[in-house]
Amino acid sequence: MAWTTFFKYVLVMAGVTYLIRMLPLAAIRGKVKSRFVQAFLYYVPYAVLGAMTIPAVFSSTGNLPGAIAGVAVAAVLGWMNKGLLTVAAAACAAAYVVSMVVR
Amino acid sequence: MRYWRGFRDGIPIALGYLSVSFAFGIQAISLGLTPLQAVLISLLNVTSAGQLAGLQLMTAGAGLPEMALTQLTINLRYALMSISLSQKLDDSMTTPHRLLLSFCNTDEVFAVASSQKGKVGRAYLYGLTNGPFLGWVLGTALGALAGGLLPDSVTSALGIAIYGMFIAIVLPPARAMREVRVVVLMAVAMSCLITFLPALSFISDGFRIILCAVVASALGAWLLPPPLPEETDDGKEALD
Repeated sequence: MAWTTFFKYVLVMAGVTYLIRMLPLAAIRGKVKSRFVQAFLYYVPYAVLGAMTIPAVFSSTGNLPGAIAGVAVAAVLGWMNKGLLTVAAAACAAAYVVSMVVR
Repeated sequence: MRYWRGFRDGIPIALGYLSVSFAFGIQAISLGLTPLQAVLISLLNVTSAGQLAGLQLMTAGAGLPEMALTQLTINLRYALMSISLSQKLDDSMTTPHRLLLSFCNTDEVFAVASSQKGKVGRAYLYGLTNGPFLGWVLGTALGALAGGLLPDSVTSALGIAIYGMFIAIVLPPARAMREVRVVVLMAVAMSCLITFLPALSFISDGFRIILCAVVASALGAWLLPPPLPEETDDGKEALD
């Protein structure tokens, strides 16, 4: 792609993305007082992760049986409080093995 | 040292990013970008879904307003995450560090930072973000330059890495606290409804995440207030 066109696109992309991330962090300095807002912000990470993972994880490998196996392995290990890297690697391995057997 | 503790926590993210950005690198080349252009996109954006959409728009010759609006809808969830993260930061996070570190506030970095006990400071956050940023840029370069060398079966299995990490972050607190369990299940149920109900299919992935997170967290805050650790100093309220 021509560089001038490319730069116009990339600057718009990167500028919008950075402003979205930066403005709230730069602006909000103090502790939120409202109990409701505190509770709301406490729950946000968990809700975000839940919504991002399911159902998207089932189409993340292009092979549904493999993805199901990966989720099952990750769920068991996660429930047992295993580390992030262990769980992620085991999910990949399970997804790979099952996708080789069941197509 | 806190930097290295953060760095260690960032390693699984970095490995996950390596595989995801590898796929991005392959795709950028297949759509007609040069390897240097692919790397520049990753270097300046550090976001998976937004970059993929951006790549499709620029190679389709879309207008700049459309590009801006697409990035806004896909990435608006980061504003929610930055608001939530603002409550976790300690006094070492002065303005210059906020300006720098917000650049790398990705879904995964946010998730790991939020799961820390107590406040987080800049040493930990620089450690946490450096590895993933490197992994993201390096993976893009590798995918762009050598994408054809790996068998498809391996690259596709790597696609689940990030989600495995999400599951490992959510399950321990969900197991320990009924409130978290309920909120996560509400968010998951809504996410499935929006994805699979044809009447709701007009909602983009970015908005789906925002909608699910806002509604589930608001319902949770209203119906099941969590035992917030910050409340312990003003008496017995924290115990009920």
